[in-house]
Amino acid sequence: MLDIRKRTGWLFFAVMMAQVILVSAQVQSKSGVKVLTLVTFEVFSRIERATSGGVSGVRNVWDSYFALRGVRAENEELRRQLAQLQVKLQEEHALAARSQRLQALMDLQSSSGLPTLAAEVIGGNPNPGLKTVTIGRGSADGVHTDMAVVSPTGVVGRIIGQPATHAARVQLLIDRNAAAGALVERSRAGGMVVGTDADPPLRMELVANLADVKDGDDVVSSGVDGIYPKGFLIGRVERSERGNGLYRKITIRPAVDFSSIEEVLVVLVPPRPATRDEGVQ
Amino acid sequence: MKSAVVVVALIAALALQTTVSGLMIGGRVPVNVVLVAVVYIALAFGAVTGMFAGVAAGLAQDALSGGIVGIGGLAKTLVGFLVGVLGAQFIVSQTIPRFVMFVGATLLHEATFEALSALVEGRHFALQMSAVLVQALVNAIVGVIAFYVVEQGPGIAQRRQMRRASFSKRRF
Repeated sequence: MLDIRKRTGWLFFAVMMAQVILVSAQVQSKSGVKVLTLVTFEVFSRIERATSGGVSGVRNVWDSYFALRGVRAENEELRRQLAQLQVKLQEEHALAARSQRLQALMDLQSSSGLPTLAAEVIGGNPNPGLKTVTIGRGSADGVHTDMAVVSPTGVVGRIIGQPATHAARVQLLIDRNAAAGALVERSRAGGMVVGTDADPPLRMELVANLADVKDGDDVVSSGVDGIYPKGFLIGRVERSERGNGLYRKITIRPAVDFSSIEEVLVVLVPPRPATRDEGVQ
Repeated sequence: MKSAVVVVALIAALALQTTVSGLMIGGRVPVNVVLVAVVYIALAFGAVTGMFAGVAAGLAQDALSGGIVGIGGLAKTLVGFLVGVLGAQFIVSQTIPRFVMFVGATLLHEATFEALSALVEGRHFALQMSAVLVQALVNAIVGVIAFYVVEQGPGIAQRRQMRRASFSKRRF
């Protein structure tokens, strides 16, 4: 049991300090503020500063370490949101690209002077040996066999088979069974572009060795086949060399990226019998 | 019992001090009965009791005087504590040591009180030694008498009572 008589010195000190404080509470300093208030404020301001520093330290530790426990969940949530936003961004990019493509189609539609019908590619080719796609337009839209299919970048192919009511199959120009009358735009040298299984997937045939064909020349449709309208870009000569026989060996890089066709235009002009074009030599 | 005695003594001293406050010599009351009571209690009961008596008496005196509460308390606390300590260290059961103790306690109290007042009020320390000495002597006399009355009083009363009783037996 605590006997205060054995703590006389401390007791005396405490009593004296208590009375000093009592006196200070009643005495004003030179500035008019009570000494106790002044001393108390000074002391407590230091205590508050120390406390604030301690609290800040603890808070920093908390924020830096303990709060990391919540950061993991937050991180996962942010990652999920980021993934969603990336998907949305890609959707927006796709939408913008689609808008650009449609705009190009509309420009082509208005500038070509031909009756055309915009169609969306709705399916690829189930047979790896054949290079065809399916479009979302059919006989109900006026699509018939052998109608040309083009895109803003160039010739795509032609309608093959009997179109369904709302769908039709398109044979791509790079199919090994496909062919189109063509001419070199610069020299007007004529020939026939056929699809191959090689790289590049187009070859220009029936061009005489004497014809003026150079690498980099643009090749356009000649219209002599009665299917493809004249003047549409087919591709660019990648390599042109003299052949062993009468004709040159010419390979062409297609203007159309056949791996990513999404929208096309069907030229609503019935095919006509093949004729000899004036520009074909 | 001791606490009750202390409390009663302090109350009585305060009451007596208020009664004699009109008696001034040189503009100063020549006796501080409350201080005498504190010193007496410290000598009789020790340092701790003397200290608490000083606290209570000083604060009460300050409160009643209308000044700054605590100055008198500080002075009397110091006096009560020191007198109690000295009383335990030295033999103060005789009149002269008690007289000296009262004088010293009064000087210390007045010096402390004046110093604290000067400090608080922002003025120079100025102690009227003549008046303080007078008060010290008067306090010492009052204190010694108080000790004498308290210590010898019961015996005197008893002897007087016995003397009266013997006179009565002779008469009848």
